[in-house]
Amino acid sequence: MSARAAPPGEPRRVAYLYLLPGLAVFAAFVLAPLLHTAWIALFEWDGVSAGEWVGLDNFGALVTEPELRSAFWHALVLLVFYAVLPVAIGLLLAAAMARTRVRGLTAFRTVLFLPQVIALVVVAVMWRMIYAPEGGLINEGLRAIGLGGLAQNWLGDFTLALPSVGLIATWVFYGLAMVLFTAGVQKIPPSLYDAARVDGAGPVREFFAVTLPGLRGEIAVALTLTTIAALRNFDIVYITTGGGPGDATTVPAFEVYERAFQSGRVGGAAAVGICLAAVIFALSLAINRFADRGLR
Amino acid sequence: MSVLRHPSLALLVLCTAIAAGCGASPGGDDEDTARKAEQARESSKKIDVAKAGDVTLTVWDQEVRGGQRKQIERLNRAFQERYPNVTIKRVAKSFEDLNTTLKLAVSGDKAPDVVQANQGRPVMGQLVKGGLLRPLDAYAEAYGWADRYSKVLLDLNRFSDDAAEFGSGGLYGLSQMGEIVGVYYNREQVPDPPATFEEFEAQLERAKADGDVAIAFGNLEKWPGIHEFETLQAQYAEPDAVRDFVFAREGATFASPENEQAAETIRRWAEKGYFTPDFNGTGYDPAWQQFTRGKGRFLIAGTWLIADLADAMGDKVGFMLMPPPEAGAPPVSLGGESLPFAITSKSQNPDVAAAYIDFLTNADAGRVLADTGNLPAMETDAQPAGALARDVHEAWRTLTEQEAMIPYLDYATPTFYDEITGAIQRLLAGKLEPQQFTRDVQDGYAKFTEQG
Repeated sequence: MSARAAPPGEPRRVAYLYLLPGLAVFAAFVLAPLLHTAWIALFEWDGVSAGEWVGLDNFGALVTEPELRSAFWHALVLLVFYAVLPVAIGLLLAAAMARTRVRGLTAFRTVLFLPQVIALVVVAVMWRMIYAPEGGLINEGLRAIGLGGLAQNWLGDFTLALPSVGLIATWVFYGLAMVLFTAGVQKIPPSLYDAARVDGAGPVREFFAVTLPGLRGEIAVALTLTTIAALRNFDIVYITTGGGPGDATTVPAFEVYERAFQSGRVGGAAAVGICLAAVIFALSLAINRFADRGLR
Repeated sequence: MSVLRHPSLALLVLCTAIAAGCGASPGGDDEDTARKAEQARESSKKIDVAKAGDVTLTVWDQEVRGGQRKQIERLNRAFQERYPNVTIKRVAKSFEDLNTTLKLAVSGDKAPDVVQANQGRPVMGQLVKGGLLRPLDAYAEAYGWADRYSKVLLDLNRFSDDAAEFGSGGLYGLSQMGEIVGVYYNREQVPDPPATFEEFEAQLERAKADGDVAIAFGNLEKWPGIHEFETLQAQYAEPDAVRDFVFAREGATFASPENEQAAETIRRWAEKGYFTPDFNGTGYDPAWQQFTRGKGRFLIAGTWLIADLADAMGDKVGFMLMPPPEAGAPPVSLGGESLPFAITSKSQNPDVAAAYIDFLTNADAGRVLADTGNLPAMETDAQPAGALARDVHEAWRTLTEQEAMIPYLDYATPTFYDEITGAIQRLLAGKLEPQQFTRDVQDGYAKFTEQG
């Protein structure tokens, strides 16, 4: 390279030097643990004695072991409750609020957002009580209004347990979605709504023609946040059902915990963790691609 | 060529460096743990603690609830008063917390001296296998620990030095308290406690006919099911057979006719509606609380509930062992002992630590335990206060003398807890036939035993 100074604004080698501190922190706290985890995933290791090299067997187990397959399947089902439902409910609320002036909107928003503020552990303990077959809020409420026949074994029934766990998350996340969307609705120019109304659009048409496209960015953000929460969900399952009944509500993060800390299968846990990280990465990438395409 | 000119190259170099850094297989080299254990035995001796100089013992325990906390605090204080040169640095943790952090702590550089390491292969077995615990045999001989405990109790804390064998070999810990899973009953609703298993079932049927809950049971946490199942297993299977299974001895199997019978019986009880309705969705604590309020004539639970139940029900609650099939025959029950205190291999003061463990389990300690409402595991002349506690002590004495205790099944393999609890929930929900239940559980067990 010649000694001639590059024009201002051109990339210079020295620029990499500025990246170094950030890169060092990133490497030490993200890259290194990630690579180390991937390395451990290649061993059968109980966490104490010497590990045994097993190559990709732990990753193969993700496909062959029914326990792990069902854990990932449950995570996908939970996506509906963590991501799809809250976003749908949030959109509905935002659309309703966009059309009418609500008195005390801030108060409403605060109340609906509250579940977000409470620690998930507390939420889970509270919902465990709400779901209790005997003395729980739901069943006792149903009995009080003469619908005792509808009372269910919410967390103990093999088919109901997973949706019951999922609904807790819906309750937690719809407030987040709503707050994002109501903020987004406010930045849509009112002229668009006026134009839609002049063209004779009803509330439904208006929603699909104006509100929905205007919220694309916010929807992507909400979906990304809730999807990540869905896939790394651990606390709610751990506290409400412990993966039971049977393994009806196990999720990948719970399997990681169980393997790493309970049954001494650290290699297997690392493989599940790596795979989970990859799935989360791929899904967030897909969601953001979808949002970007819409913006162009 | 400058690495800095090619960012991707820089990244590659970085990655390789990191990968090389963790290049060794995790867990380090496989040292000869048997040789280390033998050396530890030879260097162990009974010492006069007062002359040991200033020593700090770091102790990790999980004696955090009610009477458990009281006894350990009292004994720790007494030990430090007797030996002012010793400071006990106590780290109290919950059971769950202790079990999940113990491995990392014990393998680290600043390992505690004394830890409570849960019995069985999942915790103690893995620590022994990693050479992280010190064998206590030489101390046991010097202090005469074998005279304090019944053999079945000591066996639960034994492993061979490579941890291949469980229930025999070196002694790796001592427990303070006994535990029995027995049958609590409401004296008002059960005026005549049953004397045989048949009578017990007849009383369940009567409770059902009266529209009452026969057995208060909450299984949301998954583990309570083990206690219900083993209480029945103890009525059909020989204690030795269950022990052989838990210790993974040659030829032991879960798919035995006795286990299948136990599974059939518990399944029948669930079908007939003897248990609290929706038990798989009911929590353990709400279930026993319902029992204290008269919702449930019987409660199959451990002696850790004595204090709570006596507080809530006073004289209304009674305790018995599950009555045997034949009247007058010795009862068999699920039982065991609290988490054993063990010495870590990295401890700098193992001889002082051994004296401490001796102090926690001697005859005086037995009296402190009974005083604070606990059930001493060691032989003791202590007389507990309260009718319920006396029932429990009596039952304990019978069981240890007769060696009529079966150990917790989840000691058996590192993954057994997960497998058996899930299977019991399925069995009770009618999703598994008894025969399929025993076979499924055996399949999971065989994966471990065949590995060797």
